[in-house]
Amino acid sequence: MEQQNYSQLVLNTCLKAGKIMMESGSEVYRVEDTMKRIAINAGLDDIQTYVTATGVIVGFPSEQTSQVIQITQQSINLEKVTAVNQGSRQFADGELSLPDFFLYLEDVDHSTPDFPYFWKIISAGIVSSTLMIILNGTWFDFIPTFIIGVIGFTVHSFFGKKLHMKFLNDFVAALVIGCLSLLAVSLSVAHEVNNLIIGSIMPLVPGLAITNAFRDIMAGHLISGVARGTEALFIAGAIGGGIIIAFNFF
Amino acid sequence: MTFIVNFLFSMFSTIAFSVITNIPRRAFWACGFTGATGWMTFWILQTYFHQNIGIANFFGALMIGLISIFFSKTMHMPVIVFNVPSLVPLVPGGPAYMAVRYMMNQEFTESMEKLVTVLVTSGAIAIGFMFTNLIERALKKTRLNLRSK
Repeated sequence: MEQQNYSQLVLNTCLKAGKIMMESGSEVYRVEDTMKRIAINAGLDDIQTYVTATGVIVGFPSEQTSQVIQITQQSINLEKVTAVNQGSRQFADGELSLPDFFLYLEDVDHSTPDFPYFWKIISAGIVSSTLMIILNGTWFDFIPTFIIGVIGFTVHSFFGKKLHMKFLNDFVAALVIGCLSLLAVSLSVAHEVNNLIIGSIMPLVPGLAITNAFRDIMAGHLISGVARGTEALFIAGAIGGGIIIAFNFF
Repeated sequence: MTFIVNFLFSMFSTIAFSVITNIPRRAFWACGFTGATGWMTFWILQTYFHQNIGIANFFGALMIGLISIFFSKTMHMPVIVFNVPSLVPLVPGGPAYMAVRYMMNQEFTESMEKLVTVLVTSGAIAIGFMFTNLIERALKKTRLNLRSK
């Protein structure tokens, strides 16, 4: 009975770590590696894992237990990945016991510091305007790109977080960006509509999804790689569609 | 002058994007430096040595990967903390947009040209990361061998 409780705790810890990392945008390779290390350090060597972009299965054949956990939301939070990594390292060094490690993971899941929303909006504007300049933009378009980038990101996160619409939020944000850029040029507060749009869509471009898709495929995790690649393709398609419709309005 | 502007602005954009992806606060400057180096490698190769876009992107991604490995070893953080925000200046958002734009105006030849540019760019970045993966693995192996001896 005691042994059973212990293996259940190991199982729960592995699942928790896997879920947090997968939800925060880690690669599959890292998730599997971390879970294996946790199990080996806890004394159970024969762990079997199956990690995809939508669910994680962990099993211990010798204990005749296995469990599955679903991954519902996908957001980017690299601080959580770092925190789980750090905790796993402390657990390997013996600074944390297994129950403590489980509590630590709960803590990571709920109370990892995030930047204030206002900061994120401002940074989206900075990404847009600085990239517009280094991609051969003019200084005259700097301020308009900043403002349109801020508005585009706000629309994107509003539709994504408050209304829970995937892909549609990219579409609406691109539509708004396209309309505002065309409006700015026709009111002659900006010069070049192409530069405005290229800069403003930069915070929305699925860079992490593309990178992770390639990394997963090259590490041999074909299902997750294809799933993430499809996600990236759909986001790119949604952005393109939004831009096309904005041009048709004017 | 353009040199300084390029360096500073690629750094700022990388740092700003790392606020959006919420990386740990102590990794900010390292991350900005990584992004700026990757972009400068790309930019110098393209403007001064007139290399084609694939080669320039390949070396940019290679540079980002190598510096990310260095920082991840010294600061004890996962590699993706550094190389995800650093990739932002290299992501082919511009050509992708132009491809859509041309397609809308029924200029399919130009559109295909831009689309191929997008494919070449992302392929080159992927190959660059593949090389750094290889180097990382080789480093790990030599270290294990040294330890076992």
